[in-house]
Parts: sequence; C-alpha cells; structure tokens
Amino acid sequence: MRESIPLTWRRIPERYRLLGTQCITCNTNFFPKRNICPKCRRKGKIQEKQYAGKGKVYSFTEIYAAPAGFEDQVPYVLAIIELDEGPKLTAQIVDAHIKDVAIGSRVEKVFRVIQRDDPEGLIHYGFKFKLAK
Amino acid sequence: MRRVAIIGVGQTKFGEHWSEGFRDMVTEAGAKAIEDANIHGEEIQAGYVGTMASGRLVGQEHIGALLADYMGLNPIPITRVEGACASGALAFRQGFMAVASGMHDVVVVGGVEKMTDLDVSEVSDILGGAGDQEWELFLGATFPGLYAMMARRHMYEYGTTPEMLASVAVKNHKNGAKNKYAQYQNEITLEQVLKSKMIADPLKVFDCSPITDGAAAVVLAPLDVANKYSEQPIEIIASAQASDNIALHSRASLSELRATKVAAKQAFEQAKLTTKDIDLAEVHDCFTIAEIMAIEDLGFYKKGEGGKASLDGKTALDAEIAVNTSGGLKACGHPVGATGIKQICELTWQLRGKADGRQRKDAEIGLAHNVGGSGATAVVHILKQGW
Ligand SMILES: [Zn+2]
Repeated sequence: MRESIPLTWRRIPERYRLLGTQCITCNTNFFPKRNICPKCRRKGKIQEKQYAGKGKVYSFTEIYAAPAGFEDQVPYVLAIIELDEGPKLTAQIVDAHIKDVAIGSRVEKVFRVIQRDDPEGLIHYGFKFKLAK
Repeated sequence: MRRVAIIGVGQTKFGEHWSEGFRDMVTEAGAKAIEDANIHGEEIQAGYVGTMASGRLVGQEHIGALLADYMGLNPIPITRVEGACASGALAFRQGFMAVASGMHDVVVVGGVEKMTDLDVSEVSDILGGAGDQEWELFLGATFPGLYAMMARRHMYEYGTTPEMLASVAVKNHKNGAKNKYAQYQNEITLEQVLKSKMIADPLKVFDCSPITDGAAAVVLAPLDVANKYSEQPIEIIASAQASDNIALHSRASLSELRATKVAAKQAFEQAKLTTKDIDLAEVHDCFTIAEIMAIEDLGFYKKGEGGKASLDGKTALDAEIAVNTSGGLKACGHPVGATGIKQICELTWQLRGKADGRQRKDAEIGLAHNVGGSGATAVVHILKQGW
C-alpha cells in the first residue's frame, strides 16, 4: 500500500526510535504502542517506553514473492523478534542469509529505508535488524 | 432461539473467470442456491454477503445494495460483512442469527471475491491488509511469510517436516480432482510439492492456496418449516466466532491459533458433541501448515501430532476424519470472501449424500472452520442432517 505522508509522519517516533508504551499498573511493555492495556483496561496507567533495540529471533522466513513496494529487495529475511524488554515485533534482518539465522539468534536494531514509493515519491524509513556480533 | 436449517446451496466454479465480473458470479451462485431451495424471490426477507476486499480488488463498495439490485431482490435489506478471509463464515453467522432470533424467516447468504483482475504483487499487497498494515505489511511481511513463521515454530517445537506439510497439499489435490467446482482438478505428488518454487521459506508455491475468482450462496430458514422447501434440510447445530491479536507477533504462541481453539470449544459445547462425532471437516488450509494447526486446534489431534496424522493419511476421504473433501482452499481455490460459504455448500452436499465422486461414507455430521488473516478471526460451524 502506498502510505500517505500523514500516516508515515505520525508513526515516526515508533518507526525511527522504537518508542512504545508500557502499563505501569501491571508492568507490561507494549510495542507498537497501545493506548489501552488489554489486561487492566480502564485501571491501566499507560506511559511512554523507549526500547533499546536488542533482542533475539523468535521465528523467521525468507520472502521470495514480495508485495508491492518490496519487489527490488527479494529475497529478504523477515523475522519476529522478541525484544529484551518483552514485546515481539516483525522486522527484516539485513545483511544476512537465511542460513545464518536461527531461532534464538541475537539481533540489534538498525535504521534503514523500508520502501520507496517511486523515483519521485516518498522514501519510508524505519527499523530493520542485523545479527549481533 | 429458533433452530435454523440450510434449505439450499449453490456455487460457481472456482478459478480464473476472465469473462465474468463480481456481480455475475455472485448472482449465479445466489440463483443456484435459490433454485436448490425451491423458493420464490418474494419469500426472501433479508440477505448477508461476505467479501473481503471488493473495494481494492474491483473498486466496488456498497455490495449489499449492488446485490439487492442485481439479484432482483429490492427492497429487502442486504448487508455486507467483512472479516478478511473469514468474511463468508461471518456472513453465514449473521444469517444464522437473523433466523434464530426470529427477526427474519428466509434469508440468503452469499460470499464472493473477484481477485484475478489485478497482478499478483498488488493482490498480495491487498491481502496483506488482513494482517496489521502498519506493523507487518509495511515492514515487508506477506501472508505466506506470516504462515511460514508459524510453520518454522511448529517445526521447531514439534518436529514437523516439509514432507508432512506437503502431504496436506497432495491429499487436498486428490479430493479436488473429484470436485467439478475446484480450481485445480489434478493430482500432485509429494515430490512435486517439495520441489516447487520457494515463496516464503519453508513454504513453497504448492504449500499455498491460489488466487481465485468465485462465489457461493446458501438459503436459510427455520428448521420447523424447512421440510416445506427441502427433503434434506441441514441443521446448523453450532455457530461460534472468536478473535485474537491482529498481528501475529503479538500472540503468545505461533504454533496454534487461539481463536480457533476458543471457537471450537464453544461450538462443541453448543452442539453437545465431541470431535469423535464429526465425520468430515472443511478447514481453513490457506497454507498447508494452517491445516495441520487447524486439525490440532479443533481438537482432532493433539498439539504437535497434526503433521504426522496428515502424512499417515488419517485425514483422507475414507480415513479417521475426512478433511477438506472439497479440495480445501489449496485445490478448490480461495476466493477469500466466498470460501466460508463454499465450505457450507460442500458439507451440505456431503450430508445429503450427493457429493459425486468424493462422497464421505455415512456422513452425518460436519464441521466448517474459516479463519481471517493470520488467525485474528476464527469461525466454527457444525452441521447435521435435519430430516
Ligand atoms: Zn496493565
């Protein structure tokens, strides 16, 4: 999907910096941010939470058939990553072949171009991950 | 609540319908179901239709009004229902509830999707909207990719193998080969699946359901008057729906669909039955791993044993439980909004004893399982002979 400028702009703190939220009532961390704690609901107290961008691979795949906007990146490794602070997220793992990745591999966040609309259009940035040394 | 029966069913052939549009397919399926129910248009009081993405696939919204118009059913109310790939089952459930509640007597329910007008990467992008657009699709996820990550965990946790996955596709093609409505009516071998092109490791092209055009429809009525219309009405003895996190990464486990487990538990309680009572099941095999997880999460096999059961042939037409006699999403095809209704059509033919060439022996009770997205919606219905 071609994302509009406002849609991209309002997600910048999350996509650029891994800024999420946490519920201080039950001590649960959320990424991407949630405004309502599913456990505490009205009793939950939500505040911002900055994630360090380190974690490990929970599951992974290598995408050969890309959706619109990713055709020039295939094949690429996509993973579900469990952050050290708890939440899991979906991200690409860059500079790695699928053979180098395993469940449990340590990874860290990098800042990259996610997709480009077209030569004249928007360049979308955000987080990807790489294998930690 | 009133007891509710299916009095008529119909579907188009599933496949690539270059010459037929969205409204042509759904009116064909609707007309077949109404003919099968042997009712007059004036007797129909309301309609529901499931379609996932007509707006982006063919540019058409306001589907209820379109169908009321082109089915010649104005001015009755027709309502569109959307729940990604579970849109069909959701529409069916709305129809069930409308008749059960006494709000309406005779109700028609349809499901439709027209998918082959666009190229594959666009369709893939649109289907991605069934997941989390901002936090999965935007970052490069695809549906095969999400199910591949489920498969990877299932393999890691339970030792499920590519051969086990492939055996699901082989079995479903074998069933589909006997279904005149199926998109693929050819058998395939384990080796063909294993050697097919990689889509999202470890899922290959033959692990994936195809892009399909098609429509299906059913007619519902109160059970106590159903025999006025049909010699073989089929009673809906359970209808359950459950939700889970929209994004796969938000879930505690990737090797099960919690929504399926919840919906199945509720459905078996409503029907006062156990898994042993089920003769056949149409389950949501959008990918081969999805069928393996479904037969576990529905309770037919213990968690982790679905792959081996599939490879051992226990889900074949004449085995312990016949799974996806229609060919499933894999071989019959997967026009997303139509799939949930097609499952009901197939079970109805089976329970009537009229599934030519692929009849499950002594089929009396069947289960339908339809999933939206990567498991954020699951719907389970149980049907039985109502005569
Ligand atoms: Zn909380």
